[in-house]
Amino acid sequence: MSKSADEIVYGLKREYLAKICAEGSRIDGRKFDETREAIVNTNFVPRAEGSAEVRLGNTRVLVGIKIEQGEPFPDTPNSGILTTNAELLPMASPTFESGPPSEDAIELARVVDRGIRESKMIDLEKLVIKEGEKVWVVFIDMHILDYDGNLIDACSLAAVAALLEAKVPASKIGSEDFPLPINHVPITVTFAKIGSTMVADPNLEEEEVESARLSVATNENGAVVAMQKGLGGSITREDLFSAVDTSIKVGKDIRKRVLGR
Amino acid sequence: MIELGTQSDIKLINEEGLRIDGRKFNELRPIKIEVGVLNRADGSAYIEWGGNKVLVAVYGPREAFPKHTQNPSRAIINARYNMAAFSVDDRKRPGPDRRAVEISKVIGEALECAVFTEQFPRTSIDVYIEVLQADAGTRVAGLTAASVALVDAGIPMRDMVVGCAAGKVDGKVVLDLNKEEDNFGQADLPMAIIPRTQEIVLLQMDGNMTREELEEAVELSKKATMYISDLQKEALLAKYKSQEQEKEGEHGE
Repeated sequence: MSKSADEIVYGLKREYLAKICAEGSRIDGRKFDETREAIVNTNFVPRAEGSAEVRLGNTRVLVGIKIEQGEPFPDTPNSGILTTNAELLPMASPTFESGPPSEDAIELARVVDRGIRESKMIDLEKLVIKEGEKVWVVFIDMHILDYDGNLIDACSLAAVAALLEAKVPASKIGSEDFPLPINHVPITVTFAKIGSTMVADPNLEEEEVESARLSVATNENGAVVAMQKGLGGSITREDLFSAVDTSIKVGKDIRKRVLGR
Repeated sequence: MIELGTQSDIKLINEEGLRIDGRKFNELRPIKIEVGVLNRADGSAYIEWGGNKVLVAVYGPREAFPKHTQNPSRAIINARYNMAAFSVDDRKRPGPDRRAVEISKVIGEALECAVFTEQFPRTSIDVYIEVLQADAGTRVAGLTAASVALVDAGIPMRDMVVGCAAGKVDGKVVLDLNKEEDNFGQADLPMAIIPRTQEIVLLQMDGNMTREELEEAVELSKKATMYISDLQKEALLAKYKSQEQEKEGEHGE
Protein backbone atom coordinates (compact mmCIF):
# COMPACT_ATOMS: atom_id res chain seq x y z
CA MET A 1 0.00 0.00 0.00
CA SER A 2 1.33 3.46 -0.88
CA LYS A 3 1.61 6.14 1.73
CA SER A 4 0.99 9.81 1.20
CA ALA A 5 3.63 12.37 2.18
CA ASP A 6 1.36 13.52 5.01
CA GLU A 7 1.23 10.06 6.50
CA ILE A 8 4.99 9.67 6.36
CA VAL A 9 5.54 13.05 8.07
CA TYR A 10 2.89 12.13 10.64
CA GLY A 11 4.56 8.81 11.36
CA LEU A 12 7.98 10.44 11.77
CA LYS A 13 6.57 13.14 14.01
CA ARG A 14 4.83 10.62 16.22
CA GLU A 15 7.98 8.56 16.58
CA TYR A 16 10.06 11.63 17.33
CA LEU A 17 7.69 13.01 19.96
CA ALA A 18 7.30 9.59 21.62
CA LYS A 19 11.07 9.25 21.68
CA ILE A 20 11.75 12.60 23.34
CA CYS A 21 8.92 11.94 25.83
CA ALA A 22 10.53 8.61 26.71
CA GLU A 23 13.76 10.53 27.29
CA GLY A 24 11.97 12.90 29.64
CA SER A 25 11.38 16.02 27.57
CA ARG A 26 8.69 17.74 25.47
CA ILE A 27 8.87 19.47 22.14
CA ASP A 28 8.49 22.95 23.67
CA GLY A 29 10.76 22.21 26.63
CA ARG A 30 8.01 21.95 29.28
CA LYS A 31 7.96 19.38 32.06
CA PHE A 32 5.34 16.61 31.74
CA ASP A 33 3.07 18.22 34.36
CA GLU A 34 3.72 21.79 33.27
CA THR A 35 0.90 23.72 31.60
CA ARG A 36 1.41 26.65 29.25
CA GLU A 37 1.07 30.16 30.63
CA ALA A 38 -2.59 31.13 30.81
CA ILE A 39 -3.59 34.76 30.36
CA VAL A 40 -7.15 35.65 31.31
CA ASN A 41 -8.67 38.91 30.13
CA THR A 42 -12.13 39.38 31.62
CA ASN A 43 -14.86 41.80 30.56
CA PHE A 44 -13.67 41.59 26.96
CA VAL A 45 -17.24 42.05 25.72
CA PRO A 46 -18.93 44.50 28.10
CA ARG A 47 -22.29 44.03 26.35
CA ALA A 48 -22.37 40.42 27.57
CA GLU A 49 -23.32 39.72 31.19
CA GLY A 50 -19.86 38.23 31.63
CA SER A 51 -16.96 37.41 29.33
CA ALA A 52 -13.38 36.25 29.30
CA GLU A 53 -10.72 35.84 26.68
CA VAL A 54 -8.16 33.17 27.48
CA ARG A 55 -4.81 32.62 25.85
CA LEU A 56 -3.27 29.29 26.70
CA GLY A 57 0.06 29.41 24.88
CA ASN A 58 -1.03 30.21 21.32
CA THR A 59 -4.54 28.84 21.77
CA ARG A 60 -7.03 31.65 22.05
CA VAL A 61 -10.70 31.39 23.00
CA LEU A 62 -13.42 33.84 23.93
CA VAL A 63 -16.34 32.97 26.18
CA GLY A 64 -19.38 35.17 26.57
CA ILE A 65 -22.13 34.73 29.15
CA LYS A 66 -25.65 35.90 28.44
CA ILE A 67 -28.28 35.65 31.16
CA GLU A 68 -31.92 35.86 30.18
CA GLN A 69 -35.32 35.05 31.65
CA GLY A 70 -36.90 31.79 30.69
CA GLU A 71 -39.15 28.96 31.80
CA PRO A 72 -37.69 26.30 34.10
CA PHE A 73 -37.58 22.67 33.03
CA PRO A 74 -40.73 20.90 34.29
CA ASP A 75 -38.68 18.45 36.39
CA THR A 76 -36.65 21.22 38.08
CA PRO A 77 -39.10 24.05 38.84
CA ASN A 78 -36.83 25.41 41.61
CA SER A 79 -33.69 25.73 39.56
CA GLY A 80 -32.17 28.12 37.04
CA ILE A 81 -30.83 26.72 33.77
CA LEU A 82 -27.28 26.37 32.52
CA THR A 83 -26.55 25.76 28.87
CA THR A 84 -23.22 25.49 27.07
CA ASN A 85 -22.34 25.75 23.41
CA ALA A 86 -19.05 25.70 21.50
CA GLU A 87 -18.26 27.09 18.04
CA LEU A 88 -15.12 25.87 16.31
CA LEU A 89 -14.84 28.93 14.07
CA PRO A 90 -13.29 28.29 10.64
CA MET A 91 -10.96 31.26 11.32
CA ALA A 92 -9.25 29.25 14.09
CA SER A 93 -7.82 26.42 12.00
CA PRO A 94 -7.70 25.19 8.40
CA THR A 95 -9.29 21.98 9.66
CA PHE A 96 -12.45 23.65 11.06
CA GLU A 97 -15.42 24.00 8.75
CA SER A 98 -18.54 26.11 9.04
CA GLY A 99 -21.88 24.40 9.38
CA PRO A 100 -23.70 22.58 12.16
CA PRO A 101 -21.62 21.69 15.25
CA SER A 102 -19.28 18.76 14.69
CA GLU A 103 -18.89 15.81 17.04
CA ASP A 104 -15.77 17.48 18.41
CA ALA A 105 -17.60 20.74 19.13
CA ILE A 106 -20.40 18.87 20.89
CA GLU A 107 -17.97 16.85 23.00
CA LEU A 108 -16.03 20.02 23.89
CA ALA A 109 -19.19 21.82 25.00
CA ARG A 110 -20.41 18.85 27.02
CA VAL A 111 -17.08 18.27 28.78
CA VAL A 112 -16.81 21.97 29.75
CA ASP A 113 -20.47 21.94 30.85
CA ARG A 114 -19.94 18.81 32.96
CA GLY A 115 -17.05 20.37 34.90
CA ILE A 116 -19.14 23.45 35.75
CA ARG A 117 -22.41 21.64 36.38
CA GLU A 118 -21.09 18.70 38.41
CA SER A 119 -18.86 20.88 40.59
CA LYS A 120 -22.07 22.82 41.45
CA MET A 121 -20.11 25.98 40.69
CA ILE A 122 -23.25 28.07 40.27
CA ASP A 123 -26.02 27.90 42.86
CA LEU A 124 -28.82 27.42 40.33
CA GLU A 125 -31.49 27.37 43.03
CA LYS A 126 -30.78 31.05 43.67
CA LEU A 127 -31.67 31.85 40.05
CA VAL A 128 -35.42 31.37 40.43
CA ILE A 129 -37.58 34.45 39.71
CA LYS A 130 -40.96 32.79 40.23
CA GLU A 131 -41.06 29.14 41.22
CA GLY A 132 -42.16 26.89 38.38
CA GLU A 133 -42.70 29.85 36.04
CA LYS A 134 -39.68 32.04 35.53
CA VAL A 135 -35.99 31.47 36.11
CA TRP A 136 -32.69 32.91 34.90
CA VAL A 137 -31.10 31.00 32.04
CA VAL A 138 -27.29 31.19 31.90
CA PHE A 139 -25.92 30.76 28.36
CA ILE A 140 -22.22 29.94 28.07
CA ASP A 141 -21.11 30.50 24.47
CA MET A 142 -17.56 29.57 23.60
CA HIS A 143 -15.80 30.86 20.51
CA ILE A 144 -12.56 29.26 19.40
CA LEU A 145 -10.46 31.98 17.77
CA ASP A 146 -7.03 30.39 17.34
CA TYR A 147 -6.37 26.67 17.72
CA ASP A 148 -3.04 25.51 19.07
CA GLY A 149 -4.22 22.53 21.10
CA ASN A 150 -6.14 21.79 24.31
CA LEU A 151 -9.43 23.59 23.74
CA ILE A 152 -11.02 21.80 26.71
CA ASP A 153 -8.78 23.50 29.29
CA ALA A 154 -8.76 26.89 27.55
CA CYS A 155 -12.56 26.91 27.26
CA SER A 156 -13.12 25.59 30.79
CA LEU A 157 -10.88 28.28 32.24
CA ALA A 158 -12.49 31.01 30.14
CA ALA A 159 -15.99 29.85 31.05
CA VAL A 160 -15.16 29.78 34.77
CA ALA A 161 -13.47 33.20 34.62
CA ALA A 162 -16.44 34.67 32.74
CA LEU A 163 -18.96 33.17 35.18
CA LEU A 164 -17.01 34.55 38.16
CA GLU A 165 -17.41 38.06 36.69
CA ALA A 166 -20.96 37.68 35.39
CA LYS A 167 -23.84 39.78 36.68
CA VAL A 168 -27.48 38.71 36.60
CA PRO A 169 -29.37 41.58 34.88
CA ALA A 170 -32.12 41.76 37.51
CA SER A 171 -32.55 45.50 36.86
CA LYS A 172 -34.55 44.45 33.79
CA ILE A 173 -37.27 43.15 36.13
CA GLY A 174 -37.09 46.03 38.58
CA SER A 175 -34.54 44.63 41.08
CA GLU A 176 -30.84 45.28 41.32
CA ASP A 177 -28.24 43.45 39.25
CA PHE A 178 -26.38 40.85 41.31
CA PRO A 179 -23.31 38.68 40.74
CA LEU A 180 -23.94 35.03 39.89
CA PRO A 181 -24.11 33.01 43.12
CA ILE A 182 -20.85 31.00 43.12
CA ASN A 183 -20.24 27.97 45.36
CA HIS A 184 -17.17 26.31 43.85
CA VAL A 185 -14.39 26.92 41.34
CA PRO A 186 -13.69 23.88 39.13
CA ILE A 187 -10.48 23.65 37.11
CA THR A 188 -10.04 21.15 34.28
CA VAL A 189 -6.65 19.76 33.31
CA THR A 190 -6.26 17.68 30.15
CA PHE A 191 -3.53 15.16 29.41
CA ALA A 192 -2.28 13.64 26.18
CA LYS A 193 -0.87 10.14 26.05
CA ILE A 194 2.21 10.14 23.82
CA GLY A 195 4.00 6.80 23.64
CA SER A 196 3.65 5.69 27.26
CA THR A 197 3.84 9.17 28.77
CA MET A 198 1.00 11.41 29.98
CA VAL A 199 1.72 15.10 29.36
CA ALA A 200 -0.41 17.95 30.71
CA ASP A 201 -1.90 20.66 28.49
CA PRO A 202 -0.83 19.31 25.08
CA ASN A 203 -0.10 21.84 22.34
CA LEU A 204 -1.27 21.22 18.78
CA GLU A 205 1.82 19.24 17.74
CA GLU A 206 1.37 16.96 20.74
CA GLU A 207 -2.37 16.64 20.13
CA GLU A 208 -1.71 15.57 16.56
CA VAL A 209 0.24 12.52 17.74
CA GLU A 210 -1.56 11.65 21.01
CA SER A 211 -3.14 8.20 21.20
CA ALA A 212 -5.53 9.04 24.04
CA ARG A 213 -6.73 12.09 25.90
CA LEU A 214 -7.89 12.41 29.50
CA SER A 215 -9.52 15.44 31.11
CA VAL A 216 -9.91 15.66 34.89
CA ALA A 217 -11.87 18.46 36.59
CA THR A 218 -11.33 19.07 40.30
CA ASN A 219 -12.76 21.53 42.82
CA GLU A 220 -10.98 23.63 45.44
CA ASN A 221 -11.24 20.78 47.98
CA GLY A 222 -9.26 18.47 45.74
CA ALA A 223 -12.29 16.30 44.87
CA VAL A 224 -12.73 15.02 41.33
CA VAL A 225 -15.97 16.33 39.81
CA ALA A 226 -15.80 15.25 36.16
CA MET A 227 -13.64 13.18 33.83
CA GLN A 228 -13.59 12.34 30.16
CA LYS A 229 -11.32 9.98 28.28
CA GLY A 230 -11.17 10.57 24.54
CA LEU A 231 -9.72 9.13 21.31
CA GLY A 232 -9.09 5.60 20.11
CA GLY A 233 -6.16 4.73 22.37
CA SER A 234 -6.14 3.37 25.90
CA ILE A 235 -4.76 4.48 29.25
CA THR A 236 -3.62 2.44 32.23
CA ARG A 237 -4.77 2.65 35.82
CA GLU A 238 -1.44 4.31 36.66
CA ASP A 239 -1.96 6.90 33.90
CA LEU A 240 -5.37 7.68 35.37
CA PHE A 241 -4.22 8.24 38.93
CA SER A 242 -1.09 10.17 38.00
CA ALA A 243 -3.38 12.44 35.93
CA VAL A 244 -5.76 12.83 38.89
CA ASP A 245 -2.87 13.79 41.19
CA THR A 246 -1.44 16.29 38.70
CA SER A 247 -4.87 17.76 38.03
CA ILE A 248 -5.43 18.40 41.75
CA LYS A 249 -2.00 20.05 42.03
CA VAL A 250 -2.22 22.14 38.84
CA GLY A 251 -5.84 23.09 39.64
CA LYS A 252 -4.78 24.61 42.98
CA ASP A 253 -2.04 26.57 41.26
CA ILE A 254 -4.28 27.95 38.48
CA ARG A 255 -7.06 28.83 40.94
CA LYS A 256 -4.61 30.89 42.98
CA ARG A 257 -2.23 32.29 40.40
CA VAL A 258 -4.53 32.89 37.43
CA LEU A 259 -7.95 33.44 39.00
CA GLY A 260 -6.77 34.85 42.34
CA ARG A 261 -9.11 32.53 44.29
CA MET B 1 -43.03 14.07 47.04
CA ILE B 2 -39.59 13.51 45.67
CA GLU B 3 -38.36 16.17 43.32
CA LEU B 4 -36.30 14.91 40.45
CA GLY B 5 -32.82 16.23 39.99
CA THR B 6 -32.45 17.49 43.54
CA GLN B 7 -30.96 16.05 46.70
CA SER B 8 -33.73 14.21 48.46
CA ASP B 9 -34.28 12.64 51.84
CA ILE B 10 -34.88 9.16 50.47
CA LYS B 11 -32.45 6.60 51.76
CA LEU B 12 -30.76 4.64 49.01
CA ILE B 13 -28.87 2.33 51.36
CA ASN B 14 -30.55 0.84 54.43
CA GLU B 15 -29.16 -0.01 57.89
CA GLU B 16 -28.08 -3.47 56.73
CA GLY B 17 -26.08 -1.89 53.92
CA LEU B 18 -28.49 -3.09 51.24
CA ARG B 19 -29.54 -0.93 48.31
CA ILE B 20 -33.13 -0.14 47.28
CA ASP B 21 -33.22 -3.13 44.95
CA GLY B 22 -31.74 -5.37 47.64
CA ARG B 23 -28.22 -5.54 46.23
CA LYS B 24 -24.97 -5.32 48.17
CA PHE B 25 -22.52 -2.50 47.35
CA ASN B 26 -20.47 -4.74 45.05
CA GLU B 27 -23.31 -6.62 43.39
CA LEU B 28 -24.26 -6.35 39.73
CA ARG B 29 -27.80 -6.39 38.42
CA PRO B 30 -28.70 -9.57 36.48
CA ILE B 31 -27.15 -9.61 33.00
CA LYS B 32 -28.23 -11.72 30.03
CA ILE B 33 -26.54 -11.64 26.63
CA GLU B 34 -27.75 -13.25 23.39
CA VAL B 35 -25.82 -13.47 20.12
CA GLY B 36 -26.99 -13.45 16.50
CA VAL B 37 -30.48 -12.12 17.16
CA LEU B 38 -30.93 -10.27 13.85
CA ASN B 39 -31.05 -11.82 10.38
CA ARG B 40 -29.79 -9.11 8.02
CA ALA B 41 -26.95 -7.69 10.11
CA ASP B 42 -23.43 -9.10 9.73
CA GLY B 43 -23.32 -9.47 13.49
CA SER B 44 -25.74 -8.75 16.31
CA ALA B 45 -26.30 -9.06 20.02
CA TYR B 46 -28.96 -8.33 22.59
CA ILE B 47 -28.29 -7.50 26.21
CA GLU B 48 -30.56 -7.23 29.22
CA TRP B 49 -28.82 -5.60 32.14
CA GLY B 50 -31.16 -4.87 35.05
CA GLY B 51 -33.97 -2.92 33.39
CA ASN B 52 -31.83 -2.02 30.37
CA LYS B 53 -32.71 -3.68 27.07
CA VAL B 54 -30.26 -2.91 24.29
CA LEU B 55 -30.00 -4.31 20.77
CA VAL B 56 -26.81 -3.99 18.71
CA ALA B 57 -26.23 -4.62 15.00
CA VAL B 58 -22.88 -4.56 13.19
CA TYR B 59 -22.47 -4.02 9.46
CA GLY B 60 -19.11 -4.22 7.71
CA PRO B 61 -16.32 -3.85 7.08
CA ARG B 62 -17.89 -2.19 4.02
CA GLU B 63 -16.87 0.70 1.79
CA ALA B 64 -16.98 3.87 3.85
CA PHE B 65 -19.49 6.40 2.65
CA PRO B 66 -19.39 9.37 2.05
CA LYS B 67 -16.01 8.88 0.41
CA HIS B 68 -14.21 11.68 2.25
CA THR B 69 -14.68 9.74 5.51
CA GLN B 70 -12.47 6.94 4.19
CA ASN B 71 -9.12 6.48 5.86
CA PRO B 72 -6.48 5.07 3.47
CA SER B 73 -4.68 3.23 6.26
CA ARG B 74 -7.47 1.78 8.38
CA ALA B 75 -11.18 1.17 8.91
CA ILE B 76 -13.28 3.80 10.65
CA ILE B 77 -15.61 2.68 13.41
CA ASN B 78 -18.94 4.39 13.07
CA ALA B 79 -20.90 3.82 16.27
CA ARG B 80 -24.41 5.19 16.58
CA TYR B 81 -26.05 5.12 20.00
CA ASN B 82 -29.76 5.80 19.82
CA MET B 83 -32.47 5.83 22.46
CA ALA B 84 -35.99 4.84 21.50
CA ALA B 85 -38.58 7.53 22.21
CA PHE B 86 -40.39 5.11 24.56
CA SER B 87 -37.29 3.91 26.41
CA VAL B 88 -37.57 6.45 29.22
CA ASP B 89 -40.29 7.78 31.56
CA ASP B 90 -40.89 11.02 29.66
CA ARG B 91 -40.94 10.45 25.91
CA LYS B 92 -37.61 11.34 24.34
CA ARG B 93 -37.73 13.27 21.09
CA PRO B 94 -36.49 10.87 18.39
CA GLY B 95 -33.17 11.46 16.67
CA PRO B 96 -29.68 12.14 17.95
CA ASP B 97 -29.34 14.79 20.65
CA ARG B 98 -26.02 16.11 21.93
CA ARG B 99 -25.82 13.44 24.60
CA ALA B 100 -26.24 10.69 21.99
CA VAL B 101 -23.58 12.25 19.76
CA GLU B 102 -21.10 12.29 22.64
CA ILE B 103 -21.90 8.73 23.75
CA SER B 104 -21.62 7.47 20.17
CA LYS B 105 -18.20 9.11 19.93
CA VAL B 106 -16.78 7.60 23.13
CA ILE B 107 -18.22 4.15 22.38
CA GLY B 108 -16.71 4.21 18.87
CA GLU B 109 -13.35 5.27 20.30
CA ALA B 110 -13.43 2.51 22.90
CA LEU B 111 -14.11 -0.16 20.25
CA GLU B 112 -11.37 1.31 18.06
CA CYS B 113 -8.86 0.35 20.78
CA ALA B 114 -9.72 -3.32 20.34
CA VAL B 115 -10.48 -3.78 16.62
CA PHE B 116 -7.61 -4.41 14.19
CA THR B 117 -8.76 -1.49 12.05
CA GLU B 118 -5.53 -1.42 10.02
CA GLN B 119 -6.61 -4.67 8.32
CA PHE B 120 -9.49 -2.96 6.50
CA PRO B 121 -8.38 0.34 4.94
CA ARG B 122 -11.03 2.64 3.42
CA THR B 123 -13.90 0.76 5.04
CA SER B 124 -16.30 1.53 7.80
CA ILE B 125 -17.50 -0.80 10.51
CA ASP B 126 -20.95 0.41 11.49
CA VAL B 127 -22.20 -0.34 14.98
CA TYR B 128 -25.86 0.49 15.62
CA ILE B 129 -26.85 0.53 19.28
CA GLU B 130 -30.56 0.82 20.01
CA VAL B 131 -31.63 1.37 23.59
CA LEU B 132 -35.14 -0.09 23.79
CA GLN B 133 -35.53 0.43 27.52
CA ALA B 134 -33.21 2.54 29.68
CA ASP B 135 -32.41 1.95 33.34
CA ALA B 136 -29.05 3.72 33.93
CA GLY B 137 -25.80 2.38 32.54
CA THR B 138 -27.02 2.16 28.94
CA ARG B 139 -23.69 3.19 27.42
CA VAL B 140 -21.72 0.43 29.15
CA ALA B 141 -24.46 -2.11 28.41
CA GLY B 142 -24.45 -1.03 24.75
CA LEU B 143 -20.67 -1.16 24.52
CA THR B 144 -20.53 -4.61 26.14
CA ALA B 145 -23.09 -5.94 23.65
CA ALA B 146 -21.38 -4.15 20.75
CA SER B 147 -18.14 -6.08 21.36
CA VAL B 148 -20.08 -9.35 21.21
CA ALA B 149 -21.82 -8.27 18.01
CA LEU B 150 -18.43 -7.43 16.46
CA VAL B 151 -17.22 -10.96 17.20
CA ASP B 152 -20.45 -12.32 15.75
CA ALA B 153 -19.68 -10.32 12.57
CA GLY B 154 -16.28 -12.02 12.42
CA ILE B 155 -14.28 -8.83 12.89
CA PRO B 156 -10.76 -9.46 14.23
CA MET B 157 -10.09 -7.90 17.63
CA ARG B 158 -7.40 -7.92 20.28
CA ASP B 159 -10.04 -8.76 22.89
CA MET B 160 -13.68 -8.01 23.68
CA VAL B 161 -14.20 -4.64 25.34
CA VAL B 162 -16.26 -4.83 28.54
CA GLY B 163 -18.00 -1.94 30.23
CA CYS B 164 -19.32 -1.40 33.72
CA ALA B 165 -20.19 1.60 35.88
CA ALA B 166 -19.59 2.38 39.53
CA GLY B 167 -20.60 5.42 41.49
CA LYS B 168 -21.36 6.98 44.84
CA VAL B 169 -24.69 6.66 46.61
CA ASP B 170 -25.47 7.94 50.12
CA GLY B 171 -21.75 8.65 50.47
CA LYS B 172 -20.77 5.03 49.68
CA VAL B 173 -18.99 3.70 46.61
CA VAL B 174 -21.22 1.14 44.87
CA LEU B 175 -21.17 -0.93 41.71
CA ASP B 176 -23.57 -0.63 38.77
CA LEU B 177 -26.04 2.15 39.66
CA ASN B 178 -29.71 1.70 38.84
CA LYS B 179 -31.95 4.57 37.73
CA GLU B 180 -32.87 5.86 41.20
CA GLU B 181 -29.27 5.66 42.34
CA ASP B 182 -28.13 7.48 39.22
CA ASN B 183 -30.72 10.24 39.74
CA PHE B 184 -30.16 10.76 43.44
CA GLY B 185 -26.57 9.57 43.90
CA GLN B 186 -23.47 11.74 44.13
CA ALA B 187 -21.31 10.34 41.35
CA ASP B 188 -21.33 8.08 38.31
CA LEU B 189 -18.25 6.59 36.67
CA PRO B 190 -18.82 4.58 33.51
CA MET B 191 -15.71 2.70 32.46
CA ALA B 192 -14.66 0.06 29.93
CA ILE B 193 -11.55 -2.04 29.73
CA ILE B 194 -9.76 -4.55 27.56
CA PRO B 195 -9.69 -7.53 29.97
CA ARG B 196 -6.48 -9.14 28.70
CA THR B 197 -4.33 -6.03 29.20
CA GLN B 198 -6.49 -4.20 31.74
CA GLU B 199 -6.19 -1.05 29.60
CA ILE B 200 -8.91 1.55 30.16
CA VAL B 201 -10.62 2.39 26.86
CA LEU B 202 -13.65 4.33 28.06
CA LEU B 203 -13.78 6.53 31.11
CA GLN B 204 -16.17 9.27 32.05
CA MET B 205 -17.19 10.62 35.40
CA ASP B 206 -19.54 13.17 36.85
CA GLY B 207 -20.36 14.02 40.42
CA ASN B 208 -18.02 14.35 43.34
CA MET B 209 -15.45 11.82 44.51
CA THR B 210 -12.23 11.96 46.48
CA ARG B 211 -9.16 10.29 45.03
CA GLU B 212 -9.65 7.35 47.44
CA GLU B 213 -13.29 6.88 46.43
CA LEU B 214 -12.23 6.99 42.81
CA GLU B 215 -9.71 4.20 43.42
CA GLU B 216 -12.40 2.10 45.11
CA ALA B 217 -14.83 2.69 42.24
CA VAL B 218 -12.25 1.76 39.59
CA GLU B 219 -11.38 -1.44 41.50
CA LEU B 220 -15.05 -2.44 41.87
CA SER B 221 -15.69 -1.93 38.15
CA LYS B 222 -12.54 -3.75 37.13
CA LYS B 223 -13.50 -6.84 39.15
CA ALA B 224 -17.01 -6.77 37.71
CA THR B 225 -15.77 -6.50 34.13
CA MET B 226 -13.88 -9.77 34.51
CA TYR B 227 -17.16 -11.48 35.40
CA ILE B 228 -19.08 -9.76 32.56
CA SER B 229 -16.29 -10.78 30.18
CA ASP B 230 -17.09 -14.43 30.97
CA LEU B 231 -20.78 -13.78 30.24
CA GLN B 232 -19.81 -12.42 26.81
CA LYS B 233 -17.84 -15.57 26.02
CA GLU B 234 -20.59 -17.85 27.30
CA ALA B 235 -23.12 -16.06 25.08
CA LEU B 236 -20.92 -16.62 22.02
CA LEU B 237 -20.35 -20.27 22.96
CA ALA B 238 -24.08 -20.81 23.41
CA LYS B 239 -24.73 -19.63 19.85
CA TYR B 240 -22.15 -21.98 18.32
CA LYS B 241 -23.23 -24.89 20.50
CA SER B 242 -26.82 -24.54 19.33
CA GLN B 243 -25.62 -24.44 15.71
CA GLU B 244 -23.65 -27.65 16.27
CA GLN B 245 -26.72 -29.33 17.71
CA GLU B 246 -28.80 -28.28 14.72
CA LYS B 247 -26.22 -29.78 12.38
CA GLU B 248 -26.12 -33.05 14.30
CA GLY B 249 -29.92 -33.16 14.18
CA GLU B 250 -29.81 -32.91 10.38
CA HIS B 251 -27.34 -35.82 10.11
CA GLY B 252 -29.58 -37.99 12.27
CA GLU B 253 -32.48 -37.80 9.84
